[in-house]
Amino acid sequence: MSALLEVGELRVSFPGSRGRVVPVDGVSFTLSRGETLALVGESGAGKSLTSLALLRLVPPPGRIDPGAALRLDGTDLLGLEGEALRRIRGRRIAMVFQDPMTSLNPVLTIGDQISETIRAHFRLPAREARRRAESLLTEVGLGDSTDRYGSYPHQLSGGMRQRVMLAIALAAEPDLLIADEPTSALDVTVQAQILELLDRLKAARAMAVLLITHDLGIVAGRADRVAVMYAGRIVEEAPVDRLFAQPAHPYTKGLLASLPRLRGPRKPLGAIPGSVPVPGQWPVGCRFHPRCPQAMPRCLTEPPVVPLAAGHSMRCWLGVKES
Amino acid sequence: MSDPLLVVRDLVKHYRRHGLLARKPAVRAVDGVSLQLAAGETLAIVGESGSGKSTLARTILRLEEASGGQVLFEGQNVFQLSRQPLRALRRRMQIVFQDPSSALNPRMTAGAAIAEGIIIHRLAAAAEVPARVAGLMEEVGLDPGAAGHYPREFSGGQRQRIGIARALAVGPSLLVLDEPVSALDVSVQAQVLTLLLDLQEHRGLAYLFIAHDLAVVRQMAHRVAVMYLGRILEAGPTEDVLSRPRHPYTEALLSAAPEPDPVVRPSRLVLPGEPPDPSRPPGGCRFHPRCPHPRKDPRCSSEEPLLRPTGESQVACHHPLID
Repeated sequence: MSALLEVGELRVSFPGSRGRVVPVDGVSFTLSRGETLALVGESGAGKSLTSLALLRLVPPPGRIDPGAALRLDGTDLLGLEGEALRRIRGRRIAMVFQDPMTSLNPVLTIGDQISETIRAHFRLPAREARRRAESLLTEVGLGDSTDRYGSYPHQLSGGMRQRVMLAIALAAEPDLLIADEPTSALDVTVQAQILELLDRLKAARAMAVLLITHDLGIVAGRADRVAVMYAGRIVEEAPVDRLFAQPAHPYTKGLLASLPRLRGPRKPLGAIPGSVPVPGQWPVGCRFHPRCPQAMPRCLTEPPVVPLAAGHSMRCWLGVKES
Repeated sequence: MSDPLLVVRDLVKHYRRHGLLARKPAVRAVDGVSLQLAAGETLAIVGESGSGKSTLARTILRLEEASGGQVLFEGQNVFQLSRQPLRALRRRMQIVFQDPSSALNPRMTAGAAIAEGIIIHRLAAAAEVPARVAGLMEEVGLDPGAAGHYPREFSGGQRQRIGIARALAVGPSLLVLDEPVSALDVSVQAQVLTLLLDLQEHRGLAYLFIAHDLAVVRQMAHRVAVMYLGRILEAGPTEDVLSRPRHPYTEALLSAAPEPDPVVRPSRLVLPGEPPDPSRPPGGCRFHPRCPHPRKDPRCSSEEPLLRPTGESQVACHHPLID
C-alpha cells in the first residue's frame, strides 16, 4: 500500500525572547488509505500544531522550518500556494476540531454551512448542493428530522454539532481526515456514538484518518497504528496491538502504568514523577530523561530512532547496544 | 452504617427559569437524591452532562440553597443552621474544584491562598501561620519555598495540589472533589490520585468524589452512585456495581468507557440519542427512551421506578439486569 501522506522531519518554530522555540521538532510519519494513525500525547507535545502544519495553517508568526517534507499522493504540499493549495486544503485533507461550537457559524443554519462547503469545492447549483448536504446529514446520523437542515448550531447538542462538523469535513470528499480530539468535549456515551460513526465513514469512503488524542482508551479501540509524541518529537511508533502489549519507550510504559483500569486486577497507579516540560524549556538531550526511571549518562545526548520490529520504533538509547 | 458522617435525604434542587413570553418549566437538576457517607470512606457520584452531580455536591455544601430535602453533617442539620454555626461547620466540609486555574485567585500567592482559611477561622496565631502553610505544602508534595509564587508559575498538577492544601488547611472531615483530575494531563492524574489516597489514609478523610471516568472511580471509591437526570439509578460497592451492573444505563456507561487495551474489547453497546433536557425529563423511568433493553412494559413509560435494595446494592429499574 503506497502512502497517501508522507511527513518527513517536520519542524514548526516560533520566535521567542531567547531565540526560536520549536514546538514540533522533527516529526516523521506516513499514512495510507484506509488506515487510522493515532497521534497520542499530553499537552505541549505538539500534536495539534503538527496537524495544523499538514494543512499549512500554522498561525503566524509560526512557520514550518525549511528541510521538511510534506507530500500528499506524491504532491509536495510545501511548494503550493493560492488556488493550488486551496484545492488540497479542505478538499483532499479535511479537519474536525474538538470544540464544534467555536468552529460553527452561529448565524447560519447547519444545512447552509454544509452546502457552503460543497459549493466552495465543487461547481454545483444551489439545489444540487442542498440535496448533497441533506444526504450528508443522513450519513452522519442527523437525517431523522426534516428540520435538521434549517437548525442553528445553538439548537443542537454537543454530539449533534460534532456530527455536523463531520458532515462539513466530508462534504468535499477528502482522502485524509484529521480529527483533533474529536470527542474530548463529549459525554462518554455520545463519544462512543461519534467514534462508531467515524469508523463507518472511514470504511465507506476508504479514507485515511489521523486521530489526535490524549486518550489511550480511544486509541486502543480505533487506531491501526500509534505514534506517541513527547516534547515535540515522536518517541515511539508501533501497530496498536504491539504498543499496548510491548511498549518499549519508558514514557509510553509510564503512561500505560499510570492509567486507572476499569477491567482486570486493581493495582496501585504508577505515576511518572515531575511534569511535562514546556516548549522553550526542553531538557538537553533526551527530553524525557529528567523523568525517566531508566535514565543513563548517555541520555544527555539526543537519542536516535531505533527500529525494534516491523513497524515498531522508538527514540531511546535503551534500544542501542553499548559497544 | 452507624452514625454516618453525611446523610442526605430526598434532596431536591430546581432552578426556575424566567421567560418574558412563556413560563418555561423548571430545570430539575437534583430531583430526590438520598445517600450516606461514613467517615474515611469515598463515595463516587458518576454521571454525564445534565445528571446533576455537580449541583448535588454544591447543594449538599449549601453553596446553593436546596429546594427541598435534608442534609445532616456530623449530626447537624445543615439547612437549618444560622450564619455563625454554618460558618463553623464549613471548616469541616471543603471542596476541591475541577479546574485549578479558575479556582485560584491569580493575584494571591500560593501561600496566601492556603493561609486564607486559617486566618479567617482564626485557627493559628499569626506567627504560626507560615509554618502551618509550609507543613501543608509538604503534605501535598509542593516545595514550601514556592509559597511566594503565583498560580501562573505552577503547572496544572501543582495548582491542583495548592487547591487541595487550601481545602485541608481548615481541618475538614469531608472533602468534596468535583472532577479533581479531569483537567489534568494523564501522567499527572496518577500523581494527584495517589496523593488523595495517601491523604485519606493519614487524615481519615471522607470523600464525595464527583466523576465521569469509571476507571478513576474504581481506583478511588469504596462505593459508587450512578446519577441520571437528577436521580440515582444504581448505587452500591464499587466492585459490585462495576462488575455486575444491574441498571441498563450503568451497563451502557461501562460499555462506552474506552479501555486502554486492544485485546479486551467490551461489547459495544452504543446508546441512541443524547442525555435529555433536565427541564423536560421523560415520563416514567427517566432513562426509558434510551434503554437498550426495551420491554413491552407500560410501567417503564408511566411509573418512575424506586431505588430498591438488591444484595449490597440498590437499583431503580422495573427490569434490572440481575435480580
